Amino acid sequence: MTQPLITLRNVTKRYGNHTILKNINLTLESGKFYTLLGPSGCGKTTILRAIAGFMSVSEGDVLFAGQRINEVPANKRNVNTVFQDYALFPHLTVAENVAFGLTLKKVAKAEIAERVAKALKLVQLAGYGDRAISELSGGQQQRIAIARAIVMAPKVLLLDEPLSALDAKLRRQMQYELRDLQQRLGITFLFVTHDQEEALAMSDEIFVMNQGEVLQSGSPVDIYDEPINHFVADFIGESNILPAKMIEDFQVAFGGHQFECADAGIPDNEPVEVVIRPEDLTLTTLDQAKLTVTIDTQLFRGDYYEIAATDTLGNDWLIHSVNPAEDGETIGITFRPQDLHVMRFGEKEAEFDARLETYEELEDDGVDET
Amino acid sequence: MTKRRTWVYFIPYGLWLALFVIAPVALIIYQSFFDLGQHFTLTNYSTYFRSATYLKMTLNSVWYAFLITLFTGLISYPTAYFIHQLKHRQFWLLLVILPTWINILLKAYAFIGIFSQAGLANQFLTFIGIGPQQILFTNASFIFVATYIQIPFMILPIYNALDDLNPAFVNASKDLGASTWQTFRHVIFPLTLPGVKAGVQAVFIPSLSLFMLTRLIGGNKVITLGTAIEEHFLTTMNWGMGSTIGVVLIVAMIVVMLLTGDQKTKGGTPR
Repeated sequence: MTQPLITLRNVTKRYGNHTILKNINLTLESGKFYTLLGPSGCGKTTILRAIAGFMSVSEGDVLFAGQRINEVPANKRNVNTVFQDYALFPHLTVAENVAFGLTLKKVAKAEIAERVAKALKLVQLAGYGDRAISELSGGQQQRIAIARAIVMAPKVLLLDEPLSALDAKLRRQMQYELRDLQQRLGITFLFVTHDQEEALAMSDEIFVMNQGEVLQSGSPVDIYDEPINHFVADFIGESNILPAKMIEDFQVAFGGHQFECADAGIPDNEPVEVVIRPEDLTLTTLDQAKLTVTIDTQLFRGDYYEIAATDTLGNDWLIHSVNPAEDGETIGITFRPQDLHVMRFGEKEAEFDARLETYEELEDDGVDET
Repeated sequence: MTKRRTWVYFIPYGLWLALFVIAPVALIIYQSFFDLGQHFTLTNYSTYFRSATYLKMTLNSVWYAFLITLFTGLISYPTAYFIHQLKHRQFWLLLVILPTWINILLKAYAFIGIFSQAGLANQFLTFIGIGPQQILFTNASFIFVATYIQIPFMILPIYNALDDLNPAFVNASKDLGASTWQTFRHVIFPLTLPGVKAGVQAVFIPSLSLFMLTRLIGGNKVITLGTAIEEHFLTTMNWGMGSTIGVVLIVAMIVVMLLTGDQKTKGGTPR
């Protein structure tokens, strides 16, 4: 395995009695797109500031390519930041902004001009060099902020909610562009956002955070399909989360019935929670139904209908369906065993991963036999 | 209806403007065209611009106002910067503002006591073995006291400019590899320059026409334009000449305003 580029080891940050980061451990490898995802105030920006060097940590180590950099000031670190409000210098032109870091490094003038032009071209703003910052739109300022950072050729680019000030359409476009830029440059990106859609769309790996802790890390698909707990399931995408009981391996009970599922390694009869994504539920006739629900309301979302329903025990259900239903109609819903995901209360990420590994192997073996 | 209301609100301001701004300036300009015999003439201006004494006086005024502004600035910027970093900055700022609530004459008389032959300053000089010196009625003491009086007026706008500065700019600068000094030189100072300019306006212009201090502390060794105006109006009774100097002073103020005004900079106005 290659040397990790950035490692946070047991990092804790306290302000007085307030703990912002609780024992954070994370590893960033070269050339990947990472996202810190969490609600505001969860400590994701604090991690960014610790890596950038704007803030010292109370405990633990920040490592860069294996070297401890806790005491290295921000201006000596080989990382650059794209700030949330861009922080472009208003007294300088676009080109002067982009050239700022190179000028300080006393790079030759011709080389600066060349690199600035290249960076501007990369963010599709070639020829904007002489403009004033105030003449640029929000999206253009965003790109200049990126150009100003990447022109320094950093090993890691830190992005602090860089898209939050843009409108929805521009935001989507910038998501594609950022992802594309990251892949072309091969720089490690560490992207901070509270927008789960953004995180799912762009990342190689996501760290889901809440209240100063990393709850779960993994690929977008892993986190979406196998959330570790109620918070992650609820925060990432829309979900139906129900109280349930583990009967035995691959058998779980909820909504008054027992169902086959794809989870194992949980003690029998343990109270658990079950997640079903709304798009995994299918409307069906009553005789084929796994559960019976009554339709409350439905909203047309363009590519699907978002249907709110209630089952016979009074649980609320959210269903995404291509076909509409009728309000007040009693209808069946069905799902496949692999659409169910069982979550244990208070399970830590390490235990969760270990448990998944045991029965996923088992599952694979089973597939081989048939 | 609404229009009439708006007019009502304008009355106090309009009266103030007419009585204390437009009328005095008009009167001064009018007066400056009359000689001692009440004849309409341009001689006041020709005298002013031909007389070595007056030109020297003007240069003196500008030179001393410049020195006072320079020293005020050299003290105020670091002070404002330092106060801005402190924890209870509002309190420390209040301490800076406090002396401005005391009448300027009172402060001048206090300094006469401190700088006199047997004053506190000379007692100290005697104590450290230098012996009593002539402090009062020197140019140095004049500049010292004037600077002391003007400092709060320079600190305040600079402090406000520092307060308005988005801390993200400082982080961005460091992020791009700038040392603390480079960040100050290339980011903090240029972005707080409007505060410095406002401070220069607040200090330089009043310093041009200082006259009480020149007499009480400076011993009339430096004759500034302010002193000259006072002399012409109260002693020689040559109102025409006094007004002419007044007009010159007003023009000088306008020039300073234009020089330090907010030019639309290339990069747009700072946040």
